[in-house]
Amino acid sequence: MENRFLRAENIHFSYHTGEGDTPAVVLENLSVAIRRGEFTAVLGHNGSGKSTLAKHFNAILLPQGGTVYVDGMDTREEENLLNIRQTVGMVFQNPDNQIVATIVEEDVAFALENMGVDPPEIRRRVDEALKEVGMYEYRLHAPHQLSGGQKQRIAIAGVIAMRPKCIVLDEPTAMLDPRGRREVLRTIRKLNQEHGITVVLITHYMDEAAKADRVVVMNDGRVLLDDTPREVFSHVETLKQVGLDVPQATELSYLLRQSGINLPVDLLDDEEFAAAWQALMEVHG
Amino acid sequence: MMPAIKTERLTYTYSPGTPFCKTAVDDVNLEIEEGAFVGVIGHTGSGKSTLIQHFNGLLQPTSGKIYIDGEDLWADKQKLRAFRFKVGLVFQYPEYQLFEDTVYKDIAFGPRNMGMSEEEIDKSVREAAAFVGLKEKTLDRSPFELSGGQKRRVAIAGVLAMKPKVLILDEPTAGLDPKGRDRILSQIRDYHSQVKNTVLLVSHSMEDVARYCGKVLVMNHSRLFLYGDTAEVFEHADEIREMGLAVPQLTRIFHRLSDAGYPVRRNIYTMEEARAELEKLYASKERGRMGC
Repeated sequence: MENRFLRAENIHFSYHTGEGDTPAVVLENLSVAIRRGEFTAVLGHNGSGKSTLAKHFNAILLPQGGTVYVDGMDTREEENLLNIRQTVGMVFQNPDNQIVATIVEEDVAFALENMGVDPPEIRRRVDEALKEVGMYEYRLHAPHQLSGGQKQRIAIAGVIAMRPKCIVLDEPTAMLDPRGRREVLRTIRKLNQEHGITVVLITHYMDEAAKADRVVVMNDGRVLLDDTPREVFSHVETLKQVGLDVPQATELSYLLRQSGINLPVDLLDDEEFAAAWQALMEVHG
Repeated sequence: MMPAIKTERLTYTYSPGTPFCKTAVDDVNLEIEEGAFVGVIGHTGSGKSTLIQHFNGLLQPTSGKIYIDGEDLWADKQKLRAFRFKVGLVFQYPEYQLFEDTVYKDIAFGPRNMGMSEEEIDKSVREAAAFVGLKEKTLDRSPFELSGGQKRRVAIAGVLAMKPKVLILDEPTAGLDPKGRDRILSQIRDYHSQVKNTVLLVSHSMEDVARYCGKVLVMNHSRLFLYGDTAEVFEHADEIREMGLAVPQLTRIFHRLSDAGYPVRRNIYTMEEARAELEKLYASKERGRMGC
């Protein structure tokens, strides 16, 4: 089985802003591969091309040059379109823009009804999807009475009811409070770990990216870094130059190293920092 | 000194007398000093948005009082409009509220409603645009041609141009990348230190509150949990986490080290302090090792 589940090869994309204007180049000769079953985070400042790339992964946008393959299917071949849309589900930033029905379970069933799935099968899949995201008890509620995090989990349920192999989430937590963020992330991680769903998470939160298997950093329509979070976040200077942050634990160890305190370069969170500090102190004991 | 905002037993109930009745703000007593830069935090549904909507009279308390500059906001309904100019409120995603055909006209909308002269309007528009880093030539453009970050700065300038004595911003950085976030927050900080007005910043990001705010107001379950200096608030890190809020990773590092028996402060929340505290600890260990 081909291990590279999503493949963008030398793709180009530019938006035409108006007649006579020079087109704005968003993606420039970009190549990246997302492996099957992996949890990949994509970082980049606003305008770096992350959302444009995401939309290439389920053929909302087609490359103007180069090729995108989804599970081996070329996105430019029109007969692949339905199959691609069912293979890769998308979740967007604003939950209010994605919810169409007035009852939670009807919203989750919406795509299945469009796909012509049998009613008993719809029932089964909707119940399963709602249990999966921890929202089964809310199935008869009205979506507008739910919190942002709950709405976003309903949107995720609507996507997983289609049984996609991959979910692409474009800043799904940007509008949520810390509790909503935790709920959504826990749900995404569970789908990835327990069901092997390939996850592409576009985010501005470095702590979310630190928990991924892999981090792709975009800048000016190109891939700047593509590695494990540990490796990517050790490039403190590079990330700051392109307008991104590193986790606070990483930054603090970076600063202390400059003062001659020999901490590792690749600490990602408070737990790792505290453990490394204790180890350092014991050596000096 | 007269507090900029004062509340007495402020209570607000949504849909009273119906099955949907909910007390969103419960018996809040608060005094915010003039010139303070206050972070307002609380999880979704904690009552923080309902509370701030009282500060410029968008909501009328079910019971209790609210004073702006010592004046009872609801004493005379004829005067309400003046309070709306005094307390500027920037909503979440304010860029969706732009509507004029040029940036200039959009920023001038508030000042014009206040009845400023054309000369004053022009001055306020240009000053406000400069505060948020908009160039002169941008003023003639349509707000709808601008990037998301620029639109948001236009919307904020529209409120600044009214020269409010109290400026309230509801999550001004939602959806922005780290650079856009730091840019807007440092512009607000510069504005605050020049104009010396009172600023309230509603945020889900404790890192941002830690970096920019001198005071923090924490709402929990419709009640005021705490109002105090930023350092004091971060000492309650455990309770704040239990409320569903996030404590900065830095503060969590210091709580872990303190729990492990290292002599470090528990109320550390900025990178500079963190670095200094650990350098000090390291140096004292080094001295111990050298036996001096």
